[in-house]
Amino acid sequence: MIRGRARLRIEKRLITPRWMTYAVPVASIVVALLLGAILFAVGGVNPLQAYGTILKGAFASTDGLAGTAVKAIPLILCGLGVGIAFRTLLWNIGAEGQLFMGAFAAAGVALYLLPDAPPLVLIPAMLLVGALAGGLWGLIPGALKGLLGVNEIITSLMLNYVAILWTDYLIYGPWRDPQGYGFPGSAPFEAARFPRLLDTRVHLGLVIGLAAAAVIAFALQRTRWGYETRVIGENQRAARYAGMNLVKNILLVMFLSGGLAGLAGASELCGLATPRLQMGLSPGYGYTAIIVAWLARLNPWAIVLVAFLFAGLLVGGDSLQMAMNLPRATAYILQGIVLFAVLGGELFARYRVRVVRKE
Amino acid sequence: MPSLAPCQEEAAVRMTGIVKRFPGVLANDQVDLEVRRGEVHALLGENGAGKSTLMSILSGLYFPDAGQIAIHGRPATIRSPRDAIQLGIGMVHQHFMLVPVMTVTENIVLGLDRPRFYLDLGKTERELLELANHYGLRVDPRAYIWQLSIGEQQRVEILKMLYRKAEILILDEPTAVLTPQEVTDLFSTLRRMAREGHTILIISHKLEEVEAIADRVTVLRKGRKVATVERAQATKADLARMMVGREVLFDLHKEALPAGEAALQAEDLHVVGDKGLLALRGVSLTVRSGEILGIAGVAGNGQRELAEAVAGLRPCKRGQVRVAGQNATNCTPRQAIEYGVGHVPEDRLGTGLVPNLSIADNLILKAYRTAELARGPFLNPQAVRALARDLVARFEVSTPSLETPVKALSGGNLQRVLLAREISCRPAVMVAVHPTRGLDIGATEAVHRLLLELRREGTGILLISEDLDELLALSDRLLVLYEGQVMGEVQPAQASIEEIGLMMAGAGHHNGAERAPEARAL
Repeated sequence: MIRGRARLRIEKRLITPRWMTYAVPVASIVVALLLGAILFAVGGVNPLQAYGTILKGAFASTDGLAGTAVKAIPLILCGLGVGIAFRTLLWNIGAEGQLFMGAFAAAGVALYLLPDAPPLVLIPAMLLVGALAGGLWGLIPGALKGLLGVNEIITSLMLNYVAILWTDYLIYGPWRDPQGYGFPGSAPFEAARFPRLLDTRVHLGLVIGLAAAAVIAFALQRTRWGYETRVIGENQRAARYAGMNLVKNILLVMFLSGGLAGLAGASELCGLATPRLQMGLSPGYGYTAIIVAWLARLNPWAIVLVAFLFAGLLVGGDSLQMAMNLPRATAYILQGIVLFAVLGGELFARYRVRVVRKE
Repeated sequence: MPSLAPCQEEAAVRMTGIVKRFPGVLANDQVDLEVRRGEVHALLGENGAGKSTLMSILSGLYFPDAGQIAIHGRPATIRSPRDAIQLGIGMVHQHFMLVPVMTVTENIVLGLDRPRFYLDLGKTERELLELANHYGLRVDPRAYIWQLSIGEQQRVEILKMLYRKAEILILDEPTAVLTPQEVTDLFSTLRRMAREGHTILIISHKLEEVEAIADRVTVLRKGRKVATVERAQATKADLARMMVGREVLFDLHKEALPAGEAALQAEDLHVVGDKGLLALRGVSLTVRSGEILGIAGVAGNGQRELAEAVAGLRPCKRGQVRVAGQNATNCTPRQAIEYGVGHVPEDRLGTGLVPNLSIADNLILKAYRTAELARGPFLNPQAVRALARDLVARFEVSTPSLETPVKALSGGNLQRVLLAREISCRPAVMVAVHPTRGLDIGATEAVHRLLLELRREGTGILLISEDLDELLALSDRLLVLYEGQVMGEVQPAQASIEEIGLMMAGAGHHNGAERAPEARAL
């Protein structure tokens, strides 16, 4: 029989065991689901029924799966972009704005630069310009950070507002379709429509997203740039000591990160049934991508997987609204819970709790 | 006091069967320690032997998992430093716990129960002066800590303990930051205290010091006590053998080499430090290929800034740096690497290595741009692995695999990885900063051997170290740095420790060294 007081002590772990790096995200999701279930129960909804509706809506039918895939595409691209930035400790919160700038630039190409071009010319041009625009939009906070030391979290976040409002302005103003019956949106550019895969809603963007994941995964492991990224993300002082150019890296990474988000923007345009610059292009993909990247621990293929899961959550949220009359925001609430659970999981991966007995 | 047996005085400290476990390591394994009243007892052992842990237990910072402690014959349970002080045990740590912006008196009074509300610092000052004079400790109670030298700060720490009526004083590596003169002063203070009946425990890994001051020595190795011996009865070789577990050779085979071309030339370097003040004030030196130039000096006199300026990590306000004849002044770190500067920094895991990356990834940190490892933008993984395997074998790095993260390695192996990487780049000049700090004898030997080999192959080595014995053993020439200026140059074979010590403390001035006129106006 041990007499005496027991006390809890929180200690930093020496080394995080390998299995924990995989177990913790999974456990976080489980915890999030439990918390969500509590939320549903408190709101008078049967949690199992709610989760079931989500799953069915997102994955059980071809249409559902297609919808999930379509929503996953921008999450994959933005997630990859945010992922490489986070790897070098650059907190790019501006994926949403970079996405919008990419869409804006791509629409500009379609409406004004190459209005009569055939799809084979127009689509690649739009994607390229969209990526460039997103990249340049990401370069702004990048340059401010690299050359002047300005915190990139704030600059990238603020620029989101600028980008979104700019596109809103164009949609309601100069670019509004004269034949659009007053609805906000630009004139359509049918030639930009992505080909569909297998007779579903799923469009070419999926291929682009998967290709991007493959390229990035390869680059991280097998190129000098990937090696530098790994070093800088782990120990900036050692990177400088080794002669790496930190400023160049910041600029390059923010450009790539923004470029991927811009590509997502262009891809969303081309993926529409009737491509046009319109409202509601992104229900916050750029922000959701941050959670996706974090949960996937910045691993490119894991990002693809998690993007699908979150897309499923969004599609399922629609089902929740339709089948059970729950507000669409429920999906976002669940997303938020997942984020908290993921952050909490990080705590357990880094620290452990020990019971210390004093005699 | 319990009655004493006629021929046996009760030990001041008796620790029996002490066991202390930390995650992954058994720091103290059934350790017994007996310290007599009025003796100076040294606790000798390599890093990780368990001496600091044992003393932390005695001073209340840790609580043992098993074992008993008796102070002056009475069993004691020490749960906190406060309990320890009440038993008369005080510890002076390696890193002082003083508040720089407060005076000596204020620091000493900090944390005391009395006075409760009303501070009469004047009275305390007088008490402190009396106490200090009694023990021959030269301290001005009204001085601010930031005004004091390290040696003086240490005296404040000791005074702090004496003021709290500490009878048993523990000193953790007290001479690490002192000049030879200050060490002598400290030892005479300690002997005086011992004569008055204080019990002194010194933690050290330096054989020479232990020999100089201790009455008895307890040697720990890998958490266990090896033996307790009278200092007079054990030779340096005996002690070293007990510390390491095998025979230790003390002489290095260093042959005379013809002086080569100048590998590194520094002229009139003026370099600004982190605080905005000039850390180097007109330093000029030359390192020839095949030569080891040692830089002696107490830490904080510009050594780090010198190394960083040469390696391109810190700009020079004035002056020139030439590496193998090429102008390397104010170059980027990358250019410095390309000119042929190798750099073993003092902060191994913080600057020199990436702790979470594998050994292989760390070994290519400087070479990953070269043609052997990269084809255009692509890294060749097989070439990387081959290089890593080769270096690990050649430099005898003990590791389970090439993919092990470098932070899991021991200090000695970390240093081997660092040296392996730097040496494999075939530098023209190697800047080694405190290369054996914190390493055990075996690892230190290995590092010295590697440096001498590098010297034989024609690299010029700039060796910056606090360990005078190391500098005297390895250097062909020795410079002393004080407050950013070269105080003088000595030949190790003819140098006297007193002479060097004087220069390290800013006094004494050897021929050939020019001192800038504003040197004294500090």
